[in-house]
Amino acid sequence: MPMPAGLTPSRSLPQIAALVVVLLANWMVFPDFFQVRLQDGRLFGSVIDVLNRGAPVALLALGMTLVIATRGVDLSVGAVMAIAGATAATLTASGHGLGVVVPAALGVGLVCGLWNGLLVAVLEIQPIVATLILMVAGRGIAQLITEGQIVTFVSPALAAIGSGSLLAVPMPVVICLGMLLLTALLVRGTALGLMIEATGLNRLASFYSGVDTRAVGILVYVWCGLCAAVAGLIVTADIRGADANNAGLWLELDAILAVVVGGTSLFGGRFSLVLSVVGALIIQAMNTGILLSGLKPEFNLIVKALVVLAVLLLQSPALGMPRLRLPVVRARRTRP
Amino acid sequence: MTFRSFVVALAVTAGFAGAAQAQTKLTIGFSQIGSESGWRAAETKVGKIEAQKRGIDFRISDAQQKQENQIKAIRSFVAQGVDAIFVAPVVATGWDSVLKEAKEAKIPVVLLDRSIDTRDDSLYLTAVTSDTVHEGRVAGEWLLKQTGGTCNVVELQGTVGSSPAINRKKGFDEVVAKNPGLKIIRTQSGDFTRAKGKEVMESFIKAEGGGRNICAVYAHNDDMAIGAIQAVKEAGLKPGKDILVVSIDAVPDIFKAMADGEANATVELTPNMAGPAFDALMAYKKDGKVPPKWIQTESKLYLPDTAKAEYERRKDLY
Amino acid sequence: MTGPADTPPLLRIEGLVKRFPGVLALDHVDFTLRAGEVHGLLGENGAGKSTLIKTLTGVHPRDAGTIRMDGAEIAPRDVADAQRLRIGTVYQEVNLLPNLSVAQNLFLGREPMRFGFVDGRAMRRAAREIMRGYGLDLDPATPLGQFSVAVQQIVAIARAVDLSARVLILDEPTASLDAQEVAQLFATMRLLKARGIGIVFITHFLDQVYAVCDRITVLRNGRLVGERAIADLPRLELVSMMLGRELAEEERQTARAAPPSGGPPLVAFKGYGRRGYLEPFDLEIRAGEVVGVAGLLGSGRTETAKLAFGAERAGTGAVAVAGTAARLRSPRDAARLGFGYCPEDRKTEGIVGELSVRENIVLALQARRGWLAPLPRREQDEIVARFVRLLDIRAADTERPIQTLSGGNQQKALLARWLATEPRFLILDEPTRGIDVGAHAEIIRLINRLRANGLALMVISSELEEIVAYSRRVVVLRDRRHVAELDGEVSVERIMTAIAASA
Repeated sequence: MPMPAGLTPSRSLPQIAALVVVLLANWMVFPDFFQVRLQDGRLFGSVIDVLNRGAPVALLALGMTLVIATRGVDLSVGAVMAIAGATAATLTASGHGLGVVVPAALGVGLVCGLWNGLLVAVLEIQPIVATLILMVAGRGIAQLITEGQIVTFVSPALAAIGSGSLLAVPMPVVICLGMLLLTALLVRGTALGLMIEATGLNRLASFYSGVDTRAVGILVYVWCGLCAAVAGLIVTADIRGADANNAGLWLELDAILAVVVGGTSLFGGRFSLVLSVVGALIIQAMNTGILLSGLKPEFNLIVKALVVLAVLLLQSPALGMPRLRLPVVRARRTRP
Repeated sequence: MTFRSFVVALAVTAGFAGAAQAQTKLTIGFSQIGSESGWRAAETKVGKIEAQKRGIDFRISDAQQKQENQIKAIRSFVAQGVDAIFVAPVVATGWDSVLKEAKEAKIPVVLLDRSIDTRDDSLYLTAVTSDTVHEGRVAGEWLLKQTGGTCNVVELQGTVGSSPAINRKKGFDEVVAKNPGLKIIRTQSGDFTRAKGKEVMESFIKAEGGGRNICAVYAHNDDMAIGAIQAVKEAGLKPGKDILVVSIDAVPDIFKAMADGEANATVELTPNMAGPAFDALMAYKKDGKVPPKWIQTESKLYLPDTAKAEYERRKDLY
Repeated sequence: MTGPADTPPLLRIEGLVKRFPGVLALDHVDFTLRAGEVHGLLGENGAGKSTLIKTLTGVHPRDAGTIRMDGAEIAPRDVADAQRLRIGTVYQEVNLLPNLSVAQNLFLGREPMRFGFVDGRAMRRAAREIMRGYGLDLDPATPLGQFSVAVQQIVAIARAVDLSARVLILDEPTASLDAQEVAQLFATMRLLKARGIGIVFITHFLDQVYAVCDRITVLRNGRLVGERAIADLPRLELVSMMLGRELAEEERQTARAAPPSGGPPLVAFKGYGRRGYLEPFDLEIRAGEVVGVAGLLGSGRTETAKLAFGAERAGTGAVAVAGTAARLRSPRDAARLGFGYCPEDRKTEGIVGELSVRENIVLALQARRGWLAPLPRREQDEIVARFVRLLDIRAADTERPIQTLSGGNQQKALLARWLATEPRFLILDEPTRGIDVGAHAEIIRLINRLRANGLALMVISSELEEIVAYSRRVVVLRDRRHVAELDGEVSVERIMTAIAASA
């Protein structure tokens, strides 16, 4: 597979560096951080926790990357997670098998994405407002489905999606990798990536070039809805219950943050799926590190904000980038 | 709306029609915060049932987590000329002026499950709340008795800064302070949710030698405890045995866990706030008996022995 | 007519040099302005007109050269200082405050005072007098923003002149005016000229140059080409001064070009238009033919292009391609029909600035194939290499963002974007605007070459000389209506007459 466009060394350096720094910081506060062992046929360790717990935000970030690349934003992903989770839990609790539950939950995500896509791409409502509708209403819909309770279920099959494993790798990590490959295939294996970037950078010029900007717009929101539904399914399966009030709460912000930390501009254009996932892992590594550090919980948000600030400063064109980029550019120039 | 709640609503409406004929029937307006948790939904449901038992016309207004909606609801109840107003205040401050309006209309106000900050406590008749500090104390004392006073505890706090989180920590800390063998070795916020409870417990287990150093987990609510139980299981340990589990709230799912031997104790935060409030109010209306400013609900400890029966009793309430 | 050349120079600039990093923007430029003349400052975009003005008024510090006014050397530090030295400047975008009244704008910062307060009545009275002097009887208490851009511009001029300006610089004041407003502005300019004020007039419109200027100075690539009296300067020579010799040669070539072959039209629009956008028009274009579209700004030129490409939907009419009725409701339809479109506003409607040159070139072809059929990278590289060679696109690296290219190379890349789709019909809106002189001639040569290869083209241009260089048929527009279609031996004069006849 060709290297995804946009994933050049100069662009990915700050993110990778930030991830390494955060991981090293974790190792310093908790020396056993990188220790991994097998537990009941499943990899077990703090670094595995980072991957496992980071999976939902990474999944959201995949869809969000495409949306943001078109110069949009999807605030409803957290609510869509709740809806998909509620659907899955309710159906499972009433005796349906995975063959019904998974397609239904994913279908709900697709429908939510289609709704957002229609509002943004067809009715041309500002993305932030258009998706705010589902962000607010979505949680209500999820509460209607669960009737305001935490719907629990007993289904080893569904639970395996959240806490099972494949070849010792936790299932959420496997699913997340699968979705990363699928999404990469969708956008880089076809010309969709180019269309998305062109639309995000200059919608009118793309439209005049014959790009179906409307279809591109709908498609990215649909895919974002699908990713959110997968994330919702994982979270629900993990706690063996659908918590309509809390599932995915504020995760839309983490997802946006992951995308931005991953270097995709909120003004659309160039994007990198891998770096968005790295962004999600930076955030989760931070969360896990804070939990391991034994810091008082009152400091959680402050520490998180400081680290994010540091990563963003590292990327700032006005500050860190020129120094980081210089040697790379020079290397390219000397190439014959 | 479930079929059952529909029936309840129908019954309430029927009672309503009856009230028009029999003037003796009390009409009470209730400004509920919303239905953000199973417990909150149960509080509303139990309120309806308790009202029905007493033949009270109970009008519920859902504020969807907004104080302004609650203020609107209270004004509307005053305008309707109800006999009393119940409020479950979403925040502690900013109630003075609207409660003054109720007072001027001579409508008594009862606060449910949360209290308010005001200099003028004549603005409400009484507050029916649980003593959340006491809940923490009950949990701590159970653990003290169970372990003989030596135990490394990890604590899953509620949302940082929320009053139940502060108070449940405070009550538990009181017991810890008096018993040097009882130690809180890790404490973190799990935001009152299962998912965060599980995530935090996972990191606690790793940070404490794979869980070997942990004797018990104290969770500020049952949901976090249920998340923690899963984390303990996934780490290859037995919750309820290798690591004791004590929590607060007494929601149905924790009884299921207790019945399965995976949790050890829970302290009840009763959803029946309206019942004692009705009783106090009816006594006040009938005999003019002024209730105390604070009616404290019982913080009852439940253990696995009654878990199965309690689960059956509660599963439909929540 | 007494030549203004007889009067002593009001303003004399000698050997003016201005360097920007990597660019010599002004290379020893001389410029002379006499009292009581309108002096056109001409040149293509990037020729150095704006830099000259900004260096003159002190916006940019100069690197060398002298500026003399009435023989005394001056050195304005900024626009306000220039104003004190009696040099007033009015820009295309009126730099007044639209929410203040006409009177307040005129006297801003120098209000007549009475007992320590602004004397509003006196101010309004004086403002009314001043504006009457410009043939405008208006209520000076009305907010400026309620008047047309032309009136606002006249107020701006009045303010500048009233601040005792002797030199008045008008930087493209007509760009957003309609014909009537232009006439109003010209009347004002003639009035000021009669009062002995020297006016520097920057414009892109040749006919305006001939309508109002006494003399012109032409700059090209930061150098002085020459100063001439307009009375004895043929248009073609003026264009040659601005563009260099190449264009004139192009024109001779065109004169020899064969007329388009017969047969059915490739594209035929019938009753095509939309209410409030463009009056319905009929137009047929054959393969191997260039149809020029001329008219003043705002006459409906770009609207014609957008309708013809489906970028805007038509309300009425039908279009047939090669004799068959066609559906044309979006640019996608147009691309499928083999149409291509290079818009006038290259930056916002043409290029996708941050995408690479390669991506920009393959965009339309890729869009037509659909996103599920990606062009293999090797094929993309071949296409790009072919057009870089064919069109002589000068890009150091076709993987770099297209926005790093010069305007002319961007335009060529946009042409390549459509040529890669092997189109039958190309619509070019101002293909030579804002590009350097060398590329200018190349594009004109390219248009001729494409026509010779059998393409049908519709080319819009505000440069009439250019239109006659490649079209044998010209559609003339006014007030969003096709008013004439000139055939056969098209000349600038015939087009001008057509525009004028309908005005």
